[in-house]
Amino acid sequence: MTHDPTDASNSDLELLAFRVGEQEYSVDIMKVREIRGWSPATSLPHAPDYVRGVINLRGAVLPIVDLSARLGMDPIKATSRNVIIVMQLETQTLGVLVDAVSDILTLQKSDIQPPPELANGKANSFISGLTIVEDRMIRVIDLAGVLPETGQAAA
Amino acid sequence: MNVLAVDDSRTIRNMVTLALTQAGITSQVAEDGVHGLEVLSQMAPDAIITDINMPRMDGFEFIQEVRKQDAYQGIPILVLTTESAQDMKLRARQAGATGWIVKPFDPAKLVGALRMVTGG
Amino acid sequence: MDPMAEIKASFFVECSELLESLEEGLLQVQGGDTDPETVNAVFRAVHSIKGGAGAFGLDDLVHFAHRFETVLDEVRSDRLAIDADAVLLFLKSADSLSDLVAAARDETPVDEAKNAVVIAELETLMPGGGDTDEATADADQDLDFAPMTLSLDLPAIDSQVDADIGEVTDEAAATTPVWAICFTTEKGLNQSGNEPLFLMRALAELGPVTAICDTSDLPSLKLLDPSQTNLHWDLTLSADTSQTDIEEVFEFAQGLCTLAITKKTSDQSTPDTADLEALPVLPDLPALPDLPAPSVNEYAPAQPAAENTAPESPKPPAPTPTKAAPVAATVRVDLERIDRLVNLVGELVINQAMLSQSLSAQNLTSNTTISTGLDEFQQLTRDIQDSVMAIRAQPVKPLFQRMSRIVREAAHDTHKKVRLVLEGEATEIDKTVIERLADPLTHMIRNAVDHGLETPEKREQSGKEPEGTIHLRATHRSGRVVIEIQDNGAGINRERVLSIAQSKGLVPTDAVLSDAEIDNLLFMPGFSTATEISNLSGRGVGMDVVKRAIQSLGGRISIQSTPGHGSTFSISLPLTLAVLDGMVIEVSEQTMVVPLSSIVETLTLADAEIQTLDQGTQVVHIRGKFVPLLDLAVEFGYRAPNVIPEDAVVLFISAEDGEPYALVVDTIHEQRQVVIKGLADSYGYVPGVAAATILGDGKIALILDPVDLIARAGSPDTPTALSMAG
Repeated sequence: MTHDPTDASNSDLELLAFRVGEQEYSVDIMKVREIRGWSPATSLPHAPDYVRGVINLRGAVLPIVDLSARLGMDPIKATSRNVIIVMQLETQTLGVLVDAVSDILTLQKSDIQPPPELANGKANSFISGLTIVEDRMIRVIDLAGVLPETGQAAA
Repeated sequence: MNVLAVDDSRTIRNMVTLALTQAGITSQVAEDGVHGLEVLSQMAPDAIITDINMPRMDGFEFIQEVRKQDAYQGIPILVLTTESAQDMKLRARQAGATGWIVKPFDPAKLVGALRMVTGG
Repeated sequence: MDPMAEIKASFFVECSELLESLEEGLLQVQGGDTDPETVNAVFRAVHSIKGGAGAFGLDDLVHFAHRFETVLDEVRSDRLAIDADAVLLFLKSADSLSDLVAAARDETPVDEAKNAVVIAELETLMPGGGDTDEATADADQDLDFAPMTLSLDLPAIDSQVDADIGEVTDEAAATTPVWAICFTTEKGLNQSGNEPLFLMRALAELGPVTAICDTSDLPSLKLLDPSQTNLHWDLTLSADTSQTDIEEVFEFAQGLCTLAITKKTSDQSTPDTADLEALPVLPDLPALPDLPAPSVNEYAPAQPAAENTAPESPKPPAPTPTKAAPVAATVRVDLERIDRLVNLVGELVINQAMLSQSLSAQNLTSNTTISTGLDEFQQLTRDIQDSVMAIRAQPVKPLFQRMSRIVREAAHDTHKKVRLVLEGEATEIDKTVIERLADPLTHMIRNAVDHGLETPEKREQSGKEPEGTIHLRATHRSGRVVIEIQDNGAGINRERVLSIAQSKGLVPTDAVLSDAEIDNLLFMPGFSTATEISNLSGRGVGMDVVKRAIQSLGGRISIQSTPGHGSTFSISLPLTLAVLDGMVIEVSEQTMVVPLSSIVETLTLADAEIQTLDQGTQVVHIRGKFVPLLDLAVEFGYRAPNVIPEDAVVLFISAEDGEPYALVVDTIHEQRQVVIKGLADSYGYVPGVAAATILGDGKIALILDPVDLIARAGSPDTPTALSMAG
């Protein structure tokens, strides 16, 4: 991959890679606030099944999304070995429950390929790209799609 | 030189203070005539600048009250106002004002006027 | 930051305060207030805006403000009487002024055409139809020609200034002109604070001066009146200057001295004299009253001072120079700092609760020293919290007053007559909430004018006053802030609403809905579309947008309407960062909090008798009455129905209309004060839940919203129109 340091659109990208089930995913590390272990969440009634509930993050209410369930796979059986990635989105802070963190990757934007067409249309809406590192296929996740659709006031 | 500036507009107070400070003149401010008299009792200014239109006690009344005090019978008082009509000047004079400055004021002129009426 | 930029920013802040008091004053006048001080305050507001604007060269603003101020000056001086239409014009002018301020602040273009129209209307009010103002303006121009003070530049060679008045400037080339100035002090010069010595020093800044004092007029010491100096000086000034400049020096002494200026050059024999006393328009000064000072009453602002100011002459109530209360000191604080403080205090309360809990878990609280200490600690924390809340709380008044303008404009656009009555403007709400209320409130007020109220003709046909009224009120009610918008219009046309909803497929065509259910259809997304677009700027204002905005604040909105009589919209808002007195309960292993204010009574299940009615609805039979039962675990989907534990507890809660419900929970733990943590920002709306809190063990517990719970009762999983609304 050629790399032109003066090309702004091909700048360095740092991704945090993590595992959900058998697969690896990643997010822009700039949006990651912290990583913490799992603690039981207070469930929210009538919430979608991928919303595990809320936990206390140093006095703030943090909603937790089970990424596996959100991607249409089986819900994670969370233990203290699981990890919550706390992400800072534009207007919201969100905790994403995953199995484990695997890596921090430094890539160029050009290293990311567009996502393939998948039979499972649901997963597609979250995957913004794909990259291959040492023979591992790592999906890059688009955070906006991960957000719970319900409950967000449009005002 | 130490000056008391009285004006109900915060913007004008700020601007007068800025102009005076930049000229090396110390000052204190008040919001209207009543407040002005209070502040006056706490300081010994060499000159007073006052607006005319103020709540509670307007400029004319304020000047009168000031001149009633022995210590300030003859203190230079400049009236700061947007009105420049002749009868306004007359009223200012009748109230005992020394002179007047029209808003918007030129800081240099304000300072010049103060220096002239205080003799230095 | 550049000091001038800071002052300019602060000026715009001051402008909003001035505009607020301007509007308030005008509304008072409109309401019949005849106190001259009210009109004065209105005048001063515009005057101050003009003054500040001039300093920053905001010409459009200055120009408009000047016209407005001129008319107001006539009013406050009793030279112009005003009627209801004039007041409306003033209100319109105030709106234009507000727009000009905003344009100046945001550096956006102004609507010159619109302003010109308003100015023209203002001028038709002027006695003499506006000509007076022009004449005065010209007169002002003339008087302005002489800059107020002496410039600090030494020997002035100011030929530019000379050109203004077409003075003969026949300066002989080489020799410096010499001026002879005869200066005689008159009575009153010293009293005005002018010092001959200083005047002469100022003169000396133009050039070298020699002075000869002629004391021949001085009376003997016995007859000497110190207030009349009767001193005469012959001054000689060598300076290449102009007569104007010399007159300038003595400007402040106008009328308090006699001044004769003659120019002498070596070859000019005809003197060029001017007599400062002969200024145009300057009437004869009445004799200055003797010291001590004249009666204060003579200077009441409403009276032009040129009149004969004999103390007996009738005058408006004079402002008495009482020692008024000291002006309240205020401090300006960054909102961020306050937010931080608010959050920290919230943490403090949680921490205090956790401490109490740990200590009691260790059985240490039986120790009276410790328990007293804890009680004091708790009290202190509560006090701090109250104080901090009070910092951010602000009266809704400015927000409500903005609605006045909305009503005016909407009424004008829809050709209706509307009166807005404000109540409870002093009610305080957290500042952030106020800001987010502005849009929804505006929508609702516009809707009330556009859809709620009928046209004057239609109203008269129904026997109503042609002028419709909208009441906008704010109160504190059981720990919440309630805002009501009530109109006396035609009420909701339920047939029409139902048919629209049916035609949009929002409701099945065969559904039978109660009045309340029909009213709530208004809140459904998709209800208002193109067919509902009102006259108001072509926008269809959807109530669903309003409802979401209110909900995002953690609030609720509801409607009540009577056909022919009007509608009332009620918004209920939480007081942010509130401390809630709650009952900590457990249901299906979930710990939750029920607001104490909504609990009427508690009973054990043994005492309460559960009965099942025909349709499977369960009721509690208690003291001869049947109260509907709400199984909390079922409502929240934690458990299947009809599996109520034997030792369950029944809490009687009530909806806002007072109807009781029996809420069944598994256990009651304790009564406690909890800190409310909103869910709206972090997550969103959860049905039946008001907010969350952090318990002593660090776990999050949900705080119930009993009213919402009741509203959704029985159909938690069927998102029909009926259960979603409200």
